[in-house]
Amino acid sequence: MGRPAQLVRGTVRGAAELLLTCGAVVLLFALYLVVWSDVQTAAAQGDLRDDFARLTEQAAPATKAAAAKAAAAPAPSTGTGIAQLRIPRLGEDWSWVVVEGVSTDQLKQGPGHFPDTAMPGQLGNAAIAGHRATHGEPFAHLDKLQAGDPIYVTTPTATYTYEVTRQALVAPSEVGVLLPVPNKPEAKPRKARLTLVTCHPRWGSSERLIVHANLVAQTTGMES
Amino acid sequence: MYTALWRVLPGPTPVKVLLAVLLALAAVAALFLWAFPALEPLLPFDKIVLEAPPADGTSATG
Repeated sequence: MGRPAQLVRGTVRGAAELLLTCGAVVLLFALYLVVWSDVQTAAAQGDLRDDFARLTEQAAPATKAAAAKAAAAPAPSTGTGIAQLRIPRLGEDWSWVVVEGVSTDQLKQGPGHFPDTAMPGQLGNAAIAGHRATHGEPFAHLDKLQAGDPIYVTTPTATYTYEVTRQALVAPSEVGVLLPVPNKPEAKPRKARLTLVTCHPRWGSSERLIVHANLVAQTTGMES
Repeated sequence: MYTALWRVLPGPTPVKVLLAVLLALAAVAALFLWAFPALEPLLPFDKIVLEAPPADGTSATG
């Protein structure tokens, strides 16, 4: 075999190896997104659940006074679990610990509470964002929620029952839906609301899916 | 590329195989621990919060 033939052979072989390697890396990235990110989020949720159970235990002699004290407490630090969210429409076992904060690191652990919004149960609008794809995808099927569906938010001192009022698709810049009275900057809140936020379409980000709910009931203390 | 790597690996064939597997695992670990988390923000999947447009100047809740 002549030298030029060998050179061509070597080049083609090198190119083929490079392309196969790129393909393998892309496949691994897909694996990372749809499997590994879920595994990591599940592990984070496990830790958060334990921490949250401990917090709830500490607040166990829950009285109205304790609840009031908790409500008056300073804002929780970023990344800590603040409440347990349950939405029966998304499954009997559907339960997530909501963390404080909505930057990438917090949303990797679970649904995140917008720090500038009301705390769950408080007057105003408690807003929570969650992944719709990858990282455990807590809000994957948020579009299935219908008006009247209950949403339970359990803090260490109380359980709040919200009822879904409506869904909407908005532009990613429409921060108005997070206001104490959604889309009414001047209005004073007279109701306690909950707003869930996720991306839309599910594997895209051109819009945001918004679910609004109103507080309808509240039980102090532990409720299972 | 891989032929050259194989030639560089020392020892008899079983040792070479072991080393090659270790190298591959190290490469995959590096991808999962550093490369992929760095690439992830380029995809739309973690763009889920609402943000005021930059010109607005209000606090961006993202």
